[in-house]
Amino acid sequence: MIEFIEIIFTAGFWAATIRIACPLILATIGEVLCERAGVLNLGIEGIMSIGAMVGWMTVFLGADLYTGILAALIIGGLFGLLHAIFTVYLGASQHVTGIGITMLASSLGFFCFKLILPASTTPPKIKPFQPIDIPFLSELPFLGPAFFQHTPFTYLAILVVIIAFWLMNSTPLGLSIKMAGENPMALEAQGIDVFLVRTIAVVLGSALMAVGGAYLTLSAFDAFYFGMINGRGWIAIALVIFASWKPERALLGALLFAGLDAYQVRAQQLAGAVIPYQFFLMLPFLLSIVAMVIAAKRTRYPKALLIPFRRGERH
Amino acid sequence: MIKFRLEERAKSPYWLMIVSPFIAILVAIILAGILIILAGANPFESYYQLIIGAFGSKNSFAETLARATPIILTGLAASIAFRAKFWNIGAEGQLYFGALATTLFGTGLVVLPSILMIPFLFIMGALAGGLLLLPLVFLKLYYKVDEVVTTLLLNFVVVLLVSYLLEGPWKDPMSLGWPQGKSVIDEGVLPQILSKTRLHLGFIISIFFAFSVWFILSKTVIGYRIKSVGLNAAAASHAGVPIFKTVLIVALLSGGMAGMAGVTETAGLKGYLTLDLSPGFGYAGIAVAMLANLNPIGVIFSGVFLASIYVGADAMSRAMNVPTYLADVIVALTVLCILLSLVFVHYKILFFGVKKND
Repeated sequence: MIEFIEIIFTAGFWAATIRIACPLILATIGEVLCERAGVLNLGIEGIMSIGAMVGWMTVFLGADLYTGILAALIIGGLFGLLHAIFTVYLGASQHVTGIGITMLASSLGFFCFKLILPASTTPPKIKPFQPIDIPFLSELPFLGPAFFQHTPFTYLAILVVIIAFWLMNSTPLGLSIKMAGENPMALEAQGIDVFLVRTIAVVLGSALMAVGGAYLTLSAFDAFYFGMINGRGWIAIALVIFASWKPERALLGALLFAGLDAYQVRAQQLAGAVIPYQFFLMLPFLLSIVAMVIAAKRTRYPKALLIPFRRGERH
Repeated sequence: MIKFRLEERAKSPYWLMIVSPFIAILVAIILAGILIILAGANPFESYYQLIIGAFGSKNSFAETLARATPIILTGLAASIAFRAKFWNIGAEGQLYFGALATTLFGTGLVVLPSILMIPFLFIMGALAGGLLLLPLVFLKLYYKVDEVVTTLLLNFVVVLLVSYLLEGPWKDPMSLGWPQGKSVIDEGVLPQILSKTRLHLGFIISIFFAFSVWFILSKTVIGYRIKSVGLNAAAASHAGVPIFKTVLIVALLSGGMAGMAGVTETAGLKGYLTLDLSPGFGYAGIAVAMLANLNPIGVIFSGVFLASIYVGADAMSRAMNVPTYLADVIVALTVLCILLSLVFVHYKILFFGVKKND
């Protein structure tokens, strides 16, 4: 039994937690941005998928890794814009639009992948981001290999999260986004264009989701597989609810979740013979459902979530 | 900047409602045509190959109808649920649960004459699909846990459960290492309805259920309640509609339809359960339902249409060297175009206050 406790005291466990958390954090913060503005973005799963594909493909075709991130950012933003045109400007169903965007983004990504690489049976690999040692800190025992020997993309992701916090909590745009999701009429009364604020939030949020997808192909792994997102987008949506739409709690939730995931992979190796691996793989999905039930009592949805804003209409 | 607003039409013109899905399909096909050009193929020839592949011979036509069978059932599942604004995106998982029930009861545990065995399997499949949804309904009604996310997440759990069963206790020892379930006994197999093709009784059954759902939704009190819950749950509650009971019925009906799609695939097309039983039939059902404007009779036609895209795209892919994923792109574009068309059917766009730059 002692082995199961020892897992927590290995640097590898903590390093894996950070690695697993990164795409979730980016996607969850992206979804928080959208939902705080009043738009549920179910396109997340597909946007992550196409972000993973485009980021990887850009690098595969010869660009450097940072250009790959930028390419994912742009494709995510474009799908966000499409989502916003439908749900914000035209007031179409956010549920169906999101499912439609997920279907379109993932199938378009697969189509383009097959078009460029028609005959590849084993997915070709790129040279992904390599871990860099942060001077001095990486030499620390335990803490060094756990937290200070990650890839630049990892540190970039953490920087993005800090920027997102600052944006949401300390800028007029952040305030407008929150108001667009709580009381859009009041925002309009201030002379601020609700449509524009919501669109900015959805475009930015979707861009983050795509970068979260690209983390998988550019940093965590080195190839693009079909179905590699494997429900991470839906888990991110559950995490948003778990986090009560607060970015800092989303960060915590994603880390907690990633920790459990990193733990189960290691526990699986210890208990592999006794418990079939499929049950370990089910855990993240079941945990997400449990997390939502736990959060259910204290959740307070953004008041205008799912409600399209229409000019000249009273609610 | 051009400002505009949407004004709800008092009454949508009838011709617009009829024509709009066709325009939506046309736009989706034109947009996908651009991708075909990018792939270096001639779009007209490609679509010709697609149509031939889907309807060109008795065999391909039968294949299209066989493919339409589960899609019609998952389309009905989405139609019922979406009418009540109960967002069941879990048809994929419910389908596999129905398939699990078919394997559990149909491979020797119960032996009945065909005339009883087939209905029995459908009942078990429907129950399995409905029961899978039941805990999520309670989570929604008691804890307000969003069903969109829970149904989506449960899809992954169910597929992993199927994977476990097929690699472990339910693995057919005769299958030479390939993970598949035991074969459904002869009494339970859905008979062929067109000789030398894969078209089976399931197609007729799915059409029967389309008409049944139409009857329930438009001719019964339950159907009226479902509609009223979807339009305005609060108002419906005030008017005395039992919300809890109605949502429960919606979930059982919706999950049941999806579960039966698992029965038609396991007892009809393949004869046994595999891990690739459904290449996303559950998700295709959402597109089918949207295309039919949630009308159960319309689901038959939109189901056949979508099936023809999938079947035809395989043939087109071989002939023209265009990736088969084009089919999924067309389906996704159709969903989005339908949404767009619905906006124009229900709203007028009024432009006003064009700001001058000077």
